[in-house]
Amino acid sequence: MREVLDDIERWRAAGHRVAIARVVGLDGSGPRDPGATMVVNDAGEVAGSVSGGCVEGAVVGEALAVLEGTRERGVISFGYSDDEAFAVGLTCGGTIHLYVEPLDW
Amino acid sequence: MSGHAAPEPAPLYEVVRESLRADEPVALATVTEGPHVGAKLVVRPGAAVLGTLGDPELDRVVARDTLAELDVGLTSTRHYGRHGEAREREVTVFIESFAPAPLMVIFGAVDFTAALVRVGKILGYRVTVCDARSVFATRARFPMADEVVNDWPDRYLEKVADRLGPRDAVCVLTHDAKFDVPAIVGAVATRVGYIGAMGSRRTHATRTDRLRAAGLDDAALARVMAPIGIDIGSRTPEETAVSICAEIIAHRAGVAVPNLRDGRGPIHRSGPPPG
Repeated sequence: MREVLDDIERWRAAGHRVAIARVVGLDGSGPRDPGATMVVNDAGEVAGSVSGGCVEGAVVGEALAVLEGTRERGVISFGYSDDEAFAVGLTCGGTIHLYVEPLDW
Repeated sequence: MSGHAAPEPAPLYEVVRESLRADEPVALATVTEGPHVGAKLVVRPGAAVLGTLGDPELDRVVARDTLAELDVGLTSTRHYGRHGEAREREVTVFIESFAPAPLMVIFGAVDFTAALVRVGKILGYRVTVCDARSVFATRARFPMADEVVNDWPDRYLEKVADRLGPRDAVCVLTHDAKFDVPAIVGAVATRVGYIGAMGSRRTHATRTDRLRAAGLDDAALARVMAPIGIDIGSRTPEETAVSICAEIIAHRAGVAVPNLRDGRGPIHRSGPPPG
């Protein structure tokens, strides 16, 4: 979270709502350890990362859904799916578990 | 027009932010699965726990585990019963530690020191160089060090003993018994995770006699990695610094590596120098 504090502060000062996604677990190989953090504001701006670029695009959509209230805060998992070559997943073959919530605490 | 509204109140976040800005240790425990998803505790050593996970006994157990995780800088997921019971899985808690940079204290302002300072900085350590000889311990010689201290090792260690913990490292590079012995004796009196001392096997054998005479027992001596570093055939100060830092990483991770301490024969192999 340390590395995205300045972005959070800038967004909050501008009146934006912010969602935080953190890596909370990995099965198998994964590019970033638990604690890796990505933040998304209600204008769709992004800072930080939770993988090597594999799932960030999908996380933005989930984070916006959490901010809009169409998705509950909670754990979202992304895994590798070889029957859907272009599905969102980690190229290294692992599964990544993210906890996504609004910054309302 | 949510983008132009006032920001949501976020009191716990603000405590975490202030601790991070001050480089003070803080940890955040969040329920990610179970009855109160999103409930949080903010835990800081020596300060009252903030927030609640919805059950006082669960709060107590999680706060205790979070402090322990923070002490070693670990971020992990743990499972509990609804009231903090072990071996139950009703509640999943994500514990995120924000520990300040680990400390590396280097005794001896020698030619190997500058290289070790540089590699230590790359690995994220807060690096202190300490030498009693003011001619050698100067800022100009170690521009990348966070701190250069003119003091005797034992006196300096007494001052910082409370701050040294399992994530920190003490490297003794002085090569001189009158500095080495008080540095090692002072280091084993702390909770520091890694202690390494430079010198040949012969140097270390005589140093070990002096350390025993100074009162160290086998358990204390076993904490000292000497000769310092792992056997990668390093020759230059920079290569030696990599060998030392590799040992520190492996030591913390509990991974078996060819430590020079456990080897035999010369530390410096013959062969062409690099470059």
